[in-house]
Amino acid sequence: MSDITSQSLFELTSNIKEKKLSSEEITKVFIDRAVKSKKLNVYVTDNFEKAIDQSKKFDSNPNFDLKLPGIPIAVKDLFCTNGVRTTAGSKILNNFVPTYESTVTQNLWSQGAILLGKLNCDEFAMGSSNETSFFGNVQNPVGENLVPGGSSGGSSAAVAANLTPVTIGTDTGGSIRQPASFTGTVGLKPTYGSCSRYGIVAFASSLDQAGPMTKNVRDCSMLLEVISSFDQKDSTSIDYKRNCYSKELSKDIKGKKIGIPKEYRVDNMPDEIEQLWKNGISYAKDCGAEIIDISLPHTNYALPTYYIVAPAEASSNLARYDGVKYGFRSPGQNLIEMYEKTRSEGFGDEVKRRIMIGTYVLSSGYYDAYYLKAQKVRQLIKKDFDDAFSKVDAILTPSTPSSAFKIGEKTNDPVSMYLNDIFTVPINLAGLPGISIPAGKDKNNYPLGLQVIGKPFDEQNILNISYALEDKINFKNDISDWWLSE
Amino acid sequence: MSIDLKTVKHISKLARISIDDEKANKLKGDLNNIFEFIEKLNELNTDNVQALTSIAETTLRFRKDEIKSENIREKILKNSPEENKDFFVVPKVVE
Repeated sequence: MSDITSQSLFELTSNIKEKKLSSEEITKVFIDRAVKSKKLNVYVTDNFEKAIDQSKKFDSNPNFDLKLPGIPIAVKDLFCTNGVRTTAGSKILNNFVPTYESTVTQNLWSQGAILLGKLNCDEFAMGSSNETSFFGNVQNPVGENLVPGGSSGGSSAAVAANLTPVTIGTDTGGSIRQPASFTGTVGLKPTYGSCSRYGIVAFASSLDQAGPMTKNVRDCSMLLEVISSFDQKDSTSIDYKRNCYSKELSKDIKGKKIGIPKEYRVDNMPDEIEQLWKNGISYAKDCGAEIIDISLPHTNYALPTYYIVAPAEASSNLARYDGVKYGFRSPGQNLIEMYEKTRSEGFGDEVKRRIMIGTYVLSSGYYDAYYLKAQKVRQLIKKDFDDAFSKVDAILTPSTPSSAFKIGEKTNDPVSMYLNDIFTVPINLAGLPGISIPAGKDKNNYPLGLQVIGKPFDEQNILNISYALEDKINFKNDISDWWLSE
Repeated sequence: MSIDLKTVKHISKLARISIDDEKANKLKGDLNNIFEFIEKLNELNTDNVQALTSIAETTLRFRKDEIKSENIREKILKNSPEENKDFFVVPKVVE
């Protein structure tokens, strides 16, 4: 049997069901490795003691019919966990202990999973490098001083470093797919309305979705099957029949029409990414898919649209952090001063920047010029995809315009940081499902990802295409464990 | 168009985030860079485009208007920065 921490979710669940491994054994091995992996800074809060108790409890009365039987899982610190501190990577929630559980995490525990701890992320999920976290940056296990991507950077690093079998992240503009691409892992953003947003710290409510982050496509299908559910507590949750994604997973994609959008060939894109894309196209052809050139003419307007819509929603959502009912409070002479000091000291620079952008675009006299304009362009972006999907079943693009960059390289230039999400943002604006799978490496041996985009609620199709491509690509991450301490 | 220091201070007031002059100047630069990037949208004529208001074309659901009597006062107050028995405490508001 291979080393426990490097096993896939599929292998671990099989080994538990066949009684070759116990939940306690698995849980302890992951905790041991986490203790030796402090250098990566993936954990904000651990739940190790309780996790061991729960694993013993599972073993004493195991239920092997569950989909995640006794499997320890760490989750992004954006999901509210009952009784376990939830910070969203922010000072303002440094002491916040939820008294309720997010629906998505509840779905994990209901299927037998055990909480290992809460994973680092950009503050309020605003960032593409995990450098905006109040709890410090995360190291990418792929190489020292590299960012793991963001905002689900602790999550992507934890999966790549074998610190959790799988995890869940959230994706507002690429926060699952970009870090997956940077760490050689798989990340899927479901269709808007597929996974409940109840109990997830809100960033931009019309864009936020939770999704699985895993070592491979099969694990991704298994986890999506657990977390996707209709939920009365989220007014935008959609009631539809969800597939049994893992059971229906198939490499047969013969005859599938895959679109290649010409607008994703951006200026200054490294040749390696162009080549990666070409390889992906030829693998898809080898699998019997039909390749069709398509156009998504408003692609270039997606990022400017996003940087109006997302900050506008964020400025409204983050108005609740006022130091009155929960979270950090800085005292003031009067109520207004208390608000202003609390928010000034409690939020980091990137969050303040976005609140300011959002406040400005929603302010009197500017609403039509910015917010309304952006909502109109968003309609055009969505229509581009509607038109494309009348001709094709899925779309194949690179996940990111570059591989992982160095820590500190882009922190002083917000716009260059924002450009990281150029290929992922349009998918959120249109509410579509998208998955990033590892597809190759650049000259530095850093992973690069390909993105498969699907029609609304067609997760099964993009999983199947990814499953077929994964088989052809045969990606190996070969991470050296350079960060381990004794 | 460009955002001046006075506007930055005005936005910070609206957003209830106090900032000093040094931070305000830095923010002025950042915001102008970001808005320069956003201005790209003006290339597009959107006169006849309906604004997108909801990505999932669903109507909001109704639920029964029922009292769910659950005593959650303690839960609600659990994370409060300052409390006095059953209330949140804030600086004096009424003179």
